[in-house]
Amino acid sequence: MSFTTNIILCGTGGQGILLASEVVCAAAWNSGFDVKKSEVHGMAQRGGSVSSHVRFGDKVCSVLVEQGTAHMIIALEKMEGLRWAHFLRPGGRLVSADIRINPMTVNTGAAVYPDIDALVSDGGIPCTEVPVLSIARELDNFKVVNVALLGAASTLIEGISLSSWEKAIEERVPQKALAVNMEAFNRGRAVPHLTKGTAS
Amino acid sequence: MGKKLNLNKETSGTLFLSGNEAIARGAWECGVHFAAAYPGTPSTEILETIGEHYPEIKAQWAPNEKVALEVAAGASFAGARVLSAMKHVGLNVAADPLFTLSYIGATGGVVVVSADDPGMHSSQNEQDNRLMGRAAKLVILEPSDSQEALDFTREAFGISEEFDTPVLLRVTTRVCHSKSLVHVSERREVPVKGYVKDIAKRVPIPANARKMHSRVEARLANLSVWGSKSTLNRIEMKDPSIGVITSGISYQYVKEVYPEASILKLGMTNPLPWELIGDFISRVSRVVVIEEGEPYLEESIRSRFLIDAQGKSLVPIEGELSPELVREALKPESAVPHPFREAELPGRPPTLCPGCPHRGAFHTLAGMKFSSTGDIGCYTLGLMPPYNALETVVCMGAAVGVLAGIEKALEPGEMPKLVAAIGESTFIHSGITGLIDMVYNGNTGTVMIMDNSLTAMTGGQQNPATGKDLRGEPTPVLDLVEMVRACGVKRIRVVDPHDLKEMKKALQEEYAAPELSVIITRRPCIMAYKPLRKTVAVHDPAKCVHCRACIRLGCPAISWDPEAGVPLISEMHCWPNCNLCVQVCPVGALSKDLEGVV
Repeated sequence: MSFTTNIILCGTGGQGILLASEVVCAAAWNSGFDVKKSEVHGMAQRGGSVSSHVRFGDKVCSVLVEQGTAHMIIALEKMEGLRWAHFLRPGGRLVSADIRINPMTVNTGAAVYPDIDALVSDGGIPCTEVPVLSIARELDNFKVVNVALLGAASTLIEGISLSSWEKAIEERVPQKALAVNMEAFNRGRAVPHLTKGTAS
Repeated sequence: MGKKLNLNKETSGTLFLSGNEAIARGAWECGVHFAAAYPGTPSTEILETIGEHYPEIKAQWAPNEKVALEVAAGASFAGARVLSAMKHVGLNVAADPLFTLSYIGATGGVVVVSADDPGMHSSQNEQDNRLMGRAAKLVILEPSDSQEALDFTREAFGISEEFDTPVLLRVTTRVCHSKSLVHVSERREVPVKGYVKDIAKRVPIPANARKMHSRVEARLANLSVWGSKSTLNRIEMKDPSIGVITSGISYQYVKEVYPEASILKLGMTNPLPWELIGDFISRVSRVVVIEEGEPYLEESIRSRFLIDAQGKSLVPIEGELSPELVREALKPESAVPHPFREAELPGRPPTLCPGCPHRGAFHTLAGMKFSSTGDIGCYTLGLMPPYNALETVVCMGAAVGVLAGIEKALEPGEMPKLVAAIGESTFIHSGITGLIDMVYNGNTGTVMIMDNSLTAMTGGQQNPATGKDLRGEPTPVLDLVEMVRACGVKRIRVVDPHDLKEMKKALQEEYAAPELSVIITRRPCIMAYKPLRKTVAVHDPAKCVHCRACIRLGCPAISWDPEAGVPLISEMHCWPNCNLCVQVCPVGALSKDLEGVV
């Protein structure tokens, strides 16, 4: 039976999830796979939760990832990552940016932003927190957080070669910003996948 | 992968396209001459893609879906191949021309795209427009991925012209907004046939329409026979103990979770290919129908063949299907274990953007303990806390009529503090007829036309009030004030909703006025322009009295620091050309330099 890799990218409207998922798809396609992805448009994009399912393999049918089958959740916002964590398969991993964005209910005091680190570790969810904010600060460019995060994720995604990733970024990122994005990607790649508090 | 999705330059090869982009490409490849639409999720990108990449197609936004289809009909009468795209509820607006266009047929091919939204990602209902297509006696095609979206679009034009019928290309959110690899080819030009007067064909007075109806019935009978041989419908024979009949995106889920099952995949779902369906049923021992939405195929097949096909007893009518739901229906024993529990987390509903002009209006309504009859657009979010200032939504344009009706039902002293809240694009779409009704029938309420100079919720499209067309070319600006005046409204005022003092004054005075009034709140959407310089609101904690007035704006750029008891302004999110928080702070703890921003 053919093998399919399942990835869910998530975050909040305006963070550039669609571009990030476009890069993953381009990289998978560059490595010779069939690819499908889902997108969210319309009302949900106004600051709401946004997700994109990406699936690649020999032949992909469903565009939606089934619960319990995701190899990886790539999260540009911490709570959004946890929101999708139950889609992970055994051995899957949450790769999350160290970014917190309050929902309006938290801003107005109607809800409390939960302690995500505690919930992730209580749930036994293997998680890499990627310091994308410090990478962005070092590079003096906050737009590169998504590509830095992809860099960290890329070292755990099997089947896609480094050159396929690089080509995908070249294809999708404006020429002017290519150098800084490549640097962000490489710094992301150097982030080790250690789970906090466990020996994983 | 195209670098900038520069579709037009890829004359052949493979592209990574959404369903909507593939429909646009398919239309281009088969020589479509004209396309018209009103934006609506999940259909919007079809016309956007045509506008951006395919200059060979004359393409335009219409004021509403009815006009889009009427203009397309006219172009077809003149022998052009035409496409009109809309969301599912848009087809309701276009239903009047649609049902009679079915009788008239297609001189140049006519394809109407209905983009349905099961799961209501961005809609107010889940209507299944296969039922509409059948009621209108149209051919219905249902693609299941982007490749089919392209192929079926091309096929649709062939069917339309061969059988003299409009074709309904029925897609759903997951087809429109999923991307997959698509083989594309070059455009093949077809000539515009030219206009030839044909009264018997195009004037459905009863004597003509009766003949037309006979032709429609014969057409459907012929198409059913044709459909049994067409490659649009196919049997994938495997394990004969189960036969799944399916269409659209549901097919992909069935293939995913149960690849061993025998499948009848229906690409054409009206008229149904009875011969092929009968053949399939005779070859399998159990028939299951997997379809999203209504039991459209299930009921047809059960009543035609008098068999106990299972369908909606296994999968829900409500919401989208998913691989999980289809697995549970077909192969529950193969359920996938979930190692991790779903966390209970605060939701993240959509919000008005930082700098959104509607915030000033809804904040003012809320402060006056006013509310509104609402409409379809970003400003529907006026219902959310902290505003809680919108309490009805029916359909495009209904804010005005609903306000009028509430006023008609109640005695003057009983009227709740309501105004109508409607965007300029929605007002032009179908709110203006409600306003004419208010003038004509003596209403006295206040209508607030929220003119942000963009059709924003669908991603930022032009409309007749913006001064630009689909391709960004200049076009006359519809003067809303003159239009409202021409309807007979005497009290009209234009106000900047970010001038909170003026906004409040306008609402107080116009609401108190004994006659009908219109307030046009005018300020451009933040997607409509680029500020010339970045400037951020500054908070002085020494002056702060911790009253949270700024928080009650519901601005995503302002959060509360519970330890320090002061607001935090997000530099990344604060919109340069906005100083609402500065205005609401009672002690001047917030300041902002707006010099030279626009």
